[in-house]
Amino acid sequence: MTPRIGVALLGVAIVAALGAPVLAPHAAGDHADRLLNAPPTVPHIRDDAGGWHAPFIYPWRLVNQLEQQYEQDRSARVPLVWFSNGHLVESSDNGRAPLMLLGADSFGRDVFSRLLSGARLSLGLAAVAALGAMLLGSAVGALAGYAGGVWDDLLMRMTDFVMVLPAIYVALALRAVLPLVLPPRTVFLMLAGIFAFVGAPFIARGVRGIVRSERRLDYASAAQALGASHWRLLARHLLPATRGLIVAQVTLLVPAFIVAEATLSYVGLGFPDPIASWGTMLHDASSNIRVFADFPWLLSPAVAMFLVVFGLNLVLQQSGAPVVYNERK
Amino acid sequence: MTRYIARRLAFAALLVMIVSSASMVLARLAPGDFVDLSFPPEATPEAKAQARARYGLDRSISSQYLDWLGAAARFDFGRSFLYDRPVRDLIPERAANTAVLALTALVVATAVGLPLGIISGSRRGALSGVIRTVSLALVSMPPLLTSLFLVFAAARTGWFPIGGMGTSPLEVLHHLVLPAAAIGLPLAAVLERLQSQAMGEVIGAPFVLATLARGVPRSRIVWHSALKPALRPVASIYGLIVGSLLSGSFVVEVITAWPGLGSLMLDALRARDVYLVTACAGTGALFLACGTLVSDLALGVVDPRASEGVQEAA
Repeated sequence: MTPRIGVALLGVAIVAALGAPVLAPHAAGDHADRLLNAPPTVPHIRDDAGGWHAPFIYPWRLVNQLEQQYEQDRSARVPLVWFSNGHLVESSDNGRAPLMLLGADSFGRDVFSRLLSGARLSLGLAAVAALGAMLLGSAVGALAGYAGGVWDDLLMRMTDFVMVLPAIYVALALRAVLPLVLPPRTVFLMLAGIFAFVGAPFIARGVRGIVRSERRLDYASAAQALGASHWRLLARHLLPATRGLIVAQVTLLVPAFIVAEATLSYVGLGFPDPIASWGTMLHDASSNIRVFADFPWLLSPAVAMFLVVFGLNLVLQQSGAPVVYNERK
Repeated sequence: MTRYIARRLAFAALLVMIVSSASMVLARLAPGDFVDLSFPPEATPEAKAQARARYGLDRSISSQYLDWLGAAARFDFGRSFLYDRPVRDLIPERAANTAVLALTALVVATAVGLPLGIISGSRRGALSGVIRTVSLALVSMPPLLTSLFLVFAAARTGWFPIGGMGTSPLEVLHHLVLPAAAIGLPLAAVLERLQSQAMGEVIGAPFVLATLARGVPRSRIVWHSALKPALRPVASIYGLIVGSLLSGSFVVEVITAWPGLGSLMLDALRARDVYLVTACAGTGALFLACGTLVSDLALGVVDPRASEGVQEAA
């Protein structure tokens, strides 16, 4: 039961990330200047007189400019339109009453749309970084486990060293020494590289152990006796044995990378400002202390992040880790 | 045992040395220096060059590094550009704040996590289910999220201050609740899961069945006979926790404006304050080395095999 919830959560996140351009009613940069920090627009199907309609929303009316308080304008119904302008759903009157399912941020941008396009960036970065960590880690681990001797010692001491240090500090230090202002594409590649570097040792350790012990087994000797080259022996025989470990480790790294991106962006060392990632959204949100009391919808990236990590943990708990409840041996 | 301790001490010294040297070199290699970042754009090149000479930024990295190394041997760690004070005066207060925060979080995590893990690992039923679900949710909430959610809750209820530290001891305690909980709760969840798992395994062991058959009450088995072997795997995790305490306190310090080492280091990194970055990183490494050392020694007491077999475990 619980792993299904996990799979469902991950499925929603992946669909949201992949389908962001269609699912989001607005582009990530669109902003409504009159609607700074406006609350979420909730779709209704029943008006005050009790009549039923196709889903519609009420426009927001600014009550207090200074306090940024809004009130629903109940006199006008703005129907929603489906499959127009390449969006799944949007308001029929985007100028007066844009559809903002999770409210607007302090620039009047739609939080829901930014959340979806942020999912693209944050989850994409975590996936790319995990892939990089996997490649780097298995290469290092395979080399250390297969070559043995000095190589093994040297590489394992280095992985030990990186693993001892708190990962976020290593990432922070590496990020901070690179130019502070960079184009988003460069930031993406750079962060993926840094995360891959920090994550690789965890995979390298495990791969090295498995390659080392598998190599001593008969089937490896047999393959070697039949004339298999080093490459063939590694690629066809030894590395496939590490598959389970790699899958488990990558599942652990992905949530760590999602959080790492958010942390770096939160402290202003991640993606540059107008770009929507879950970290930059939290960064924008935290610039105003009233967020916590008055504009809680700006924290939705934190909730989204929690749901994704929770989903991964539910799946992981089922598949690899032996956290079976009170199992008698 | 003495050799083991000596080796660990040597490793600790090496760690501090490498981390501070690496961060010093990295901070110098970074594009843009303190003068570029702190001087107004209209400052004359002469003024900038003068300032660089004053901060030692005009010299080569290697000569600056060697000078720093020589001075550091006499416990002079340079002068912060940003605060214009000796680094040695800045660090202790911030380091103490971080230590207070991290230790409180550790105590909270242990006091909450272990008993709940023992309960949920030793019995079935609704209570265990609730504990398991809550801790699975908390495991998925890194300190970044717990601190945001706790600040949100505190802003709504007004029960706890949401930033800063205060001055009198009572104020500090009041301000400490939120950041310590933000770091401590996810850790408590990790400990709960581990303890529960270890407990579940031990409960299934033949000796527990034998003890039960001799008529020893169940609660005594759980809290005494089975607990001792079940504590071992959890004790071994404490060495790793030190790192996550430091990472956790970094984010939490930034979010809740707790004046600790992490937020100081962030300021220093942003301003390219070379000596301050170096000192912060070195102090962090010192914390890490001490924490790991203490937890390893403690583990050696709980489980003597640990200190023997450290060489080649994998």
